[in-house]
Amino acid sequence: MSAHADTHDAHDDHHHKETFITKYIFSQDHKMIAKQYLITGTIMGVIGVIMSLMMRMQIAWPEEPNVIFQTLLGKWAPEGVMDADIYLALVTIHGTIMVFFVLTAGLSGTFSNLLIPLQIGARDMASGFLNMVSYWLFFISSVIMVLSFFVEAGPAAAGWTIYPPLSALPMAQGGSGAGMTMWLVAMAIFIASSLLGSLNYVVTVINLRTKGMSMTRLPLTIWAFFVTAIIGIISFPVLLSAALLLIMDRSFGTSFFLSDIFIQGEVLHYQGGSPVLFEHLFWFLGHPEVYIVLLPALGITSEIIATNSRKPIFGYRAMIASILAIAFLSTIVWGHHMFISGMNPFLGSVFTFTTLLIAIPSAVKAFNYITTLWKGNLQMNPAMLFSIGLVSTFITGGLTGIILGDSALDINVHDTYFVVAHFHLVMGISALYGMFAGIYHWFPKMYGRMLNKNLGYIHFWVTAICAYGVFFPMHFIGMAGLPRRYYTNSNFPLFDDLQDVNVVITVFALVGGVFQLVFLYNLFSSIFFGKKATQNPWKSNTMEWTTPVEHVHGNWPGEIPSVHRWAYDYSKPGQDEDWVSQIVPLKEGEEELQH
Amino acid sequence: MTALLSILVLVFILVAIWQMVKIFDLTQLSSTAPNDQVANDKDNKINGYLMIGFLIFIYVITIICFVKWGDLPLMSNSASEHGPDIDSLMIISMIIIFIVQTLTQFLLHYFAFKYRGEKGKKALFYADNNKLEAIWTIIPVIVLAILIIQGLFTWTTIMNVNEEEDPLIIELYAQQFNWKARYGGEDNTLGKANVRLIDIDRANILGVDESDPNAQDDIITTELHLPVGRPVLFKMRSQDVLHSAYMPHFRAQMNCVPGMITQFGFTPTVTTAEMRDTPEMKDKVANINNIRVEKSKELVANGEEALEPYTFDYLLLCNKICGTSHYNMQMKIIVETQEEYDAWIKTQKAFKNSLVNN
Repeated sequence: MSAHADTHDAHDDHHHKETFITKYIFSQDHKMIAKQYLITGTIMGVIGVIMSLMMRMQIAWPEEPNVIFQTLLGKWAPEGVMDADIYLALVTIHGTIMVFFVLTAGLSGTFSNLLIPLQIGARDMASGFLNMVSYWLFFISSVIMVLSFFVEAGPAAAGWTIYPPLSALPMAQGGSGAGMTMWLVAMAIFIASSLLGSLNYVVTVINLRTKGMSMTRLPLTIWAFFVTAIIGIISFPVLLSAALLLIMDRSFGTSFFLSDIFIQGEVLHYQGGSPVLFEHLFWFLGHPEVYIVLLPALGITSEIIATNSRKPIFGYRAMIASILAIAFLSTIVWGHHMFISGMNPFLGSVFTFTTLLIAIPSAVKAFNYITTLWKGNLQMNPAMLFSIGLVSTFITGGLTGIILGDSALDINVHDTYFVVAHFHLVMGISALYGMFAGIYHWFPKMYGRMLNKNLGYIHFWVTAICAYGVFFPMHFIGMAGLPRRYYTNSNFPLFDDLQDVNVVITVFALVGGVFQLVFLYNLFSSIFFGKKATQNPWKSNTMEWTTPVEHVHGNWPGEIPSVHRWAYDYSKPGQDEDWVSQIVPLKEGEEELQH
Repeated sequence: MTALLSILVLVFILVAIWQMVKIFDLTQLSSTAPNDQVANDKDNKINGYLMIGFLIFIYVITIICFVKWGDLPLMSNSASEHGPDIDSLMIISMIIIFIVQTLTQFLLHYFAFKYRGEKGKKALFYADNNKLEAIWTIIPVIVLAILIIQGLFTWTTIMNVNEEEDPLIIELYAQQFNWKARYGGEDNTLGKANVRLIDIDRANILGVDESDPNAQDDIITTELHLPVGRPVLFKMRSQDVLHSAYMPHFRAQMNCVPGMITQFGFTPTVTTAEMRDTPEMKDKVANINNIRVEKSKELVANGEEALEPYTFDYLLLCNKICGTSHYNMQMKIIVETQEEYDAWIKTQKAFKNSLVNN
């Protein structure tokens, strides 16, 4: 640790020799680690999306032979017909990968690592070593999660929520054997990685801000990453404890979550435990997790909308307050996933109340974004489009939350496709848009090259249309009572009239999925062949754009500049340009805005 | 072979994108200028108009969805006493959502179009307005207060079971992958039960306590019959993993948790026969049968059996992931008049007579 700090202080003398391995593999440089997160997250994203497309094809054309199934699933799709067990495994691993590996590690990992030191004016993270360990734990956990597909009895298949007893008893489901063990091990490692990362982010933001960078001059991205890290530190350990207790139940015969079970002709010894306890522990992480996924995306959006509107973000303090309010409320609403779990109905009332309160800070955020656009000079870069898209899906998906958060209404739509539509829009698509926006915006900073904008436009518009095409009609089949996680609906003639909707949804999903190739092509080809970027292509105020295009270890050659103003002096009257970098001192007679 | 072909197709797609990008770049005069990958006025204009197009797309898809699927009988036509309460709360919420959605999406996309960037234009430096922010804090507070209050009243009414109304006590018993129902019998009291008492050899599949006097007249069935108009209180058990008893027509759902008894009560108000006779249900069933006839034609052409025509029945579905056959865990519910119910229950065997002695 101290040795590492020394290298920072002494970064001027270039004795710090880097080999290929220390530069590209076991790198302690936050910018390289961010790239590692981005690439790993992208690969996991591709795997997760392919899984969802296979599920959609199965739902639209159930039990029909499909070459893709046969090729990708092998023995799980005899003669191309998908097996019911592997369907549930796809549901499970798709959820796990997208929530944790793409939208937590891929999004937060990439942009917290890249932006925290650069935007607060630090040479690197507080501990580069822990940062490196954090990435490699994440990498190991990704590998284990993917490898679980090659276990004899199949990967975990109890849903990403892995409720026991289904997840605890190998005789209840094939995937609950070695597959579930690998899931639990992978998640335990993932949580360790996430905690190391989060601790590092918090310490860095608190201690390493450059001169003049007070908390109220921080860009909203940093506020979002900072608060996200705090929520992670509070809630992830609870999931770890749930996972450990589940391992105890599975392997050492304890009864934390199990009681009175008769399965496959025999009574098991478990007594006195309760699956509801597991649900509490799981959702104590599970709900804050939604905001761990979403807040960084909202932070990125705040920054990009302000920059591309050439306007200050509207209501900077209200934005911080709403981030804090959302973070606080997110830890006391987990019970809305459990209205009908068998817990006391009075608790249901309490959680309805706290849940619907979250709509207030969320509404403030949405209106502030819209007001930021008002009378702006909008630069329609792909990053801006994705940010506007995020606000759109955040509203559409968020609004149905007032139905699901209302315990009385939840009775009838709980665990139907209505829920699937809701959370995919509000956290899945929104967070994914945030990630795309971040990639388009900060790609020049990461790789010194530009992404192709026209491919970006095609990518955005097709994705935007397909996202609505997939998830908007899905609300309606949910309201018609169609349960989620059904391998096929053909055993219920009651739902036969919903099949055409399912086909439409699948077609949109397939088109949207295939068009992600445009993005992948753009990303990977631009890394090597993109147009060379200038230092500050978007004319942004934040500090990362004051660093040279070619990365240097320690970020700034020479002194770290000090900060004299907030990050949002766009189109400020009295200035020549429509932007003023944070490092530019106030002019004589210029007043800093009392934001 | 297919793998190879798929890879080839993928490669060709990527090459095609590459070529298209190249051609497009060549047509752009400014492609040699620095920062040509930053949006220019032309991009702002095109994307501004596309924003309006997208707004229209959102409205159109909303209208199509509501017209085509907005009145599926499951959303109307509730068959329980508390059903209309939930439905009216749902409608109020939907109206609020609809209004907010329409307005905010309009503002968002319209602003994105109206204020699209132009060279030389300067944005308004407008960082704060406490009054505005207070307004859009307070309005949601008021709207949510209304929703919360109505929601909590509805919830409390549904979840508080009034034992004085002498509800019919029925146990719903879940196991991978089927449902059983146990009626209290003449005393309307369920005998004690625990999975440890399950004795497959004696056909005691629910683990009912044979020595409990209350258990003797219990009746175990594989179909759920309910007399119309009488409150029912379900006591739910599961023997293996979590299940969820979902009865969408009755706006009822509760998880079945191994190791504990959960409960949910409602009063069915529409018999199966009456529901089959409603015009909405007739339309729905006719529509479904058309679909099934079409599908059957295909199946028969392939030498498979045709599908059976569909008649409406209330259903109990499993709605908590429970294993391989989760997608096929169902039980028929029949709501009938008290007389029909009495006649049916008489034909069922009491628990003490259903045991096998050996």
